Amino acid sequence: MTGQLFLNINPSSIFDAASPQAARIRHLTIEFIIAASAILILVVILTSFISIKYRSKRQQEDPKQITGNRTLEMWMVGVPLALVILFFFRSLATMNAVLPDRGNHSPDIIITGHQWFWEAVYPGTTITTANEIHLPVGKRILMQLNAADVIHDWWVPALGGKMDMIPGMNNYLWVTIDRPGIYEGACSEFCGQQHAWMRIRVVAESPGDYTLWLRREAAGAHVPQDTLARAGAVLFLESTCSSCHRVKGTAAAGLTGPDLTHFGSRQTMLTGMMANDSVNLGRWLTDPQQVKPGAHMPRFIFAKDSIRALTAYLEQLK
Amino acid sequence: MDTILVPEPEESLPSLSVSNDQGILQWISSVDHKQIGIMYLWLSVLFLVVAGIEILLVRLQLAIPNNHFLAPEVYNQLFTMHGTTMIFFVAMPAIFGFTTYFVPLMIGANDMAFPRLNAFSFWTTFFGGSLLYFSFIAGGAPDAGWFNYAPLNEYNYSSSPGIDYYCAGLLFAGIGTVTASINFVVTILHYRVPAMSLKQMPLFVWMILINSFLILAAFPSLNAALAMLLLDRQLHAHFFSAAGGGSAILWQHLFWLFGHPEVYIVILPIFGIFSEVFPVFSRKPIFGYSMVIGSGIAIALLAFGVWVHHMFATGLGNTVNGFFAASSLLIGIPTGVKIFNWLATMHGGAIRFSVSMLFAIAFLIEFTIGGLSGISFAIVPIDWQLTDTYYVVAHLHFVFIGGTLFGLLSGLFYWFPKMSGRAPDQRLSRWFFWLFVTGFNITFLVQHALGAMGMPRRVYTYPNLPGWGVLNLISTIGAFLMAGAVGLLVYILVRALNKGAIAASDPWDANTLEWTTTSPPGLKNFDRVIPVKSTRPFRDYKRPEDADWKRQEVAYTEKPPDIDITQNNSHGE
Repeated sequence: MTGQLFLNINPSSIFDAASPQAARIRHLTIEFIIAASAILILVVILTSFISIKYRSKRQQEDPKQITGNRTLEMWMVGVPLALVILFFFRSLATMNAVLPDRGNHSPDIIITGHQWFWEAVYPGTTITTANEIHLPVGKRILMQLNAADVIHDWWVPALGGKMDMIPGMNNYLWVTIDRPGIYEGACSEFCGQQHAWMRIRVVAESPGDYTLWLRREAAGAHVPQDTLARAGAVLFLESTCSSCHRVKGTAAAGLTGPDLTHFGSRQTMLTGMMANDSVNLGRWLTDPQQVKPGAHMPRFIFAKDSIRALTAYLEQLK
Repeated sequence: MDTILVPEPEESLPSLSVSNDQGILQWISSVDHKQIGIMYLWLSVLFLVVAGIEILLVRLQLAIPNNHFLAPEVYNQLFTMHGTTMIFFVAMPAIFGFTTYFVPLMIGANDMAFPRLNAFSFWTTFFGGSLLYFSFIAGGAPDAGWFNYAPLNEYNYSSSPGIDYYCAGLLFAGIGTVTASINFVVTILHYRVPAMSLKQMPLFVWMILINSFLILAAFPSLNAALAMLLLDRQLHAHFFSAAGGGSAILWQHLFWLFGHPEVYIVILPIFGIFSEVFPVFSRKPIFGYSMVIGSGIAIALLAFGVWVHHMFATGLGNTVNGFFAASSLLIGIPTGVKIFNWLATMHGGAIRFSVSMLFAIAFLIEFTIGGLSGISFAIVPIDWQLTDTYYVVAHLHFVFIGGTLFGLLSGLFYWFPKMSGRAPDQRLSRWFFWLFVTGFNITFLVQHALGAMGMPRRVYTYPNLPGWGVLNLISTIGAFLMAGAVGLLVYILVRALNKGAIAASDPWDANTLEWTTTSPPGLKNFDRVIPVKSTRPFRDYKRPEDADWKRQEVAYTEKPPDIDITQNNSHGE
């Protein structure tokens, strides 16, 4: 189930750079790997060669007792020193290119890490969404990163380096995405029981598609048409769902949990843990602690019919 | 041969009044540095087995994607306890064990400067470890990782008493660590046999001296942080809670100001062990004696200026990051050159491949891998990609296992005959070496790739992304190979103690004073100490015609005499 879900995403190792920021870092990484491999090969060759050549033979006299050699010692310090100075300046240049000062630039998106979901706010719009983060391709974007409870960390390897989200601090990250696609990432600072299921999905879209998405997202929630979903909508408001979750255009305005206004349009649920389908949704609503132990959603004892109604309602929130 | 009297501790040795055959009571009440050293080592083995079992459970959970073998809350306790135990109750006690046992012997002293304090240090460490483990029955072990970041370590996010036990346990152990270091410093500075100048001290003793100062400077920061955290948790202070005006990142500064020196605290003594092992098994003096000391001091000083490289992704800005990148790159140099010191020591020697030397040679390669991957964290942009991933897990295990543990094992096989009077089985010991080294590389090499592929560390499970399952399975198989090897090691040690061949007093034709005693040394180490005129007194004693000090004198007299300003200046300057 979860396996198939991830087949259509772009591979996201640090070498699959899909942004100039990630490409710069990849370039430096490759330079480093070359230098490091050269040193490692030198040490391996010296170790093997010396071990074999100077192995003890029977009844050998003590070898010549050499205690040092100033010239060799100077080389031993000089060569690594030259190498690290080189990498220091390469690394300064890359740092300034990847993460320049933000100046007066205001953030294009504000992402807040919660235990265990991502909340995304798009300044200048009324949009708040969760977990699947849509971004336009080709635009230099400044992300503001915050934390609501403990430290989280934003990392999408194909898009560049990571950045911590720290309570009480604003951190920033620049990203320019080269091509459309879904980019996988994960929270990379241990944040408690469900740190493992705090996956990131960045949906990068062409400017046209992105504008369309913005327009759809800014609209209020879909009004349920059939009886089952309508019953679900009523239940959502009458049960305590609405005190933690928001569904824009309805009375549900809770801010503790993820915004569910367009929940049905997301491909995954529970922060990348599983496909967003009625079976998984049913299981989750039946017993959240069974599905994702430690998650902050309490268990409500719903009747089977109620779960069907709620599932139908949530699935229609496209 | 002229001999000189051994300096005695000013107080009489309390242990001498106790007869030697009172069983367990003898051990518990002992203030003899050798018995305390051995107790430290057994404590370390005990916790190695415990922390090993913890990590085997973790590796089982990670063997396949989306596994349900362990619940997340159990998993988090296990990896936290694994890390904390390995650092504070395996690596440190093992190092202190060898130090307590061998520093007095190597400097010709009969005991530590403060024998009772020595026992106190051991027992507080023991008590600290027990307190940490008591958390399992007191309501849950700590679960926020060994570096226990705020505010996840606060009561709001971890309400089991585990983290309180973490604070208390580490505070106790920390007191033991600090008192032990004071003891080492005084012993080394004050109780050397009078003929031994600082420049004739064995390198192991030198590294312990440097290390003890490092400990004295680093631990206050940890102890302060632990006390502040206890205040937060128990008395509702808010040092680390942003909501109450505190700072989450303050914990990281305090912790890593201790934590990064700590990394060197568990490697400097290892450099000391290797600086004994390489010369003995190459039958040559160490290459660059003063360079090894100088680089040790450089590491100790720089160690306090590199902590922010653990925090490059916390958004401190490019100026701060640039400074710490420079210092972190610099500290790689004194660490790295030592590899070449040891290679040059082997060069031109007559190398004997004892198990101790095998570990030393394997260390050269494994530690180079760990050191190089460490440099990649000093290059800030690479750190931004790889920090907090499995690449870090691979790196730190290459340093802690390929460095610290290989050094401890090398030291164990080197000194075991001296400590026990018995020789471990050669064939089995070689089996252990190959099994352990193979298992180690299988476990951790693949984790570099996992990190680069995007797998964060400390996840209790992971989605079935391409390649992740296979690499994790390989890693788990390697971990079980290592576990098998550790089982074999315990068998080798127990068997050697019971029916190993009797060891000679100087089985390796070694250089330093500890080998002039019987194996094991008597309750009183020395009656007389051989003369110390160089860094290798025992070799000088055994080969008087080729003594180091003679060679130095010859070299000195062969040098052209210094320019005498009363004579005509023939150099035309």
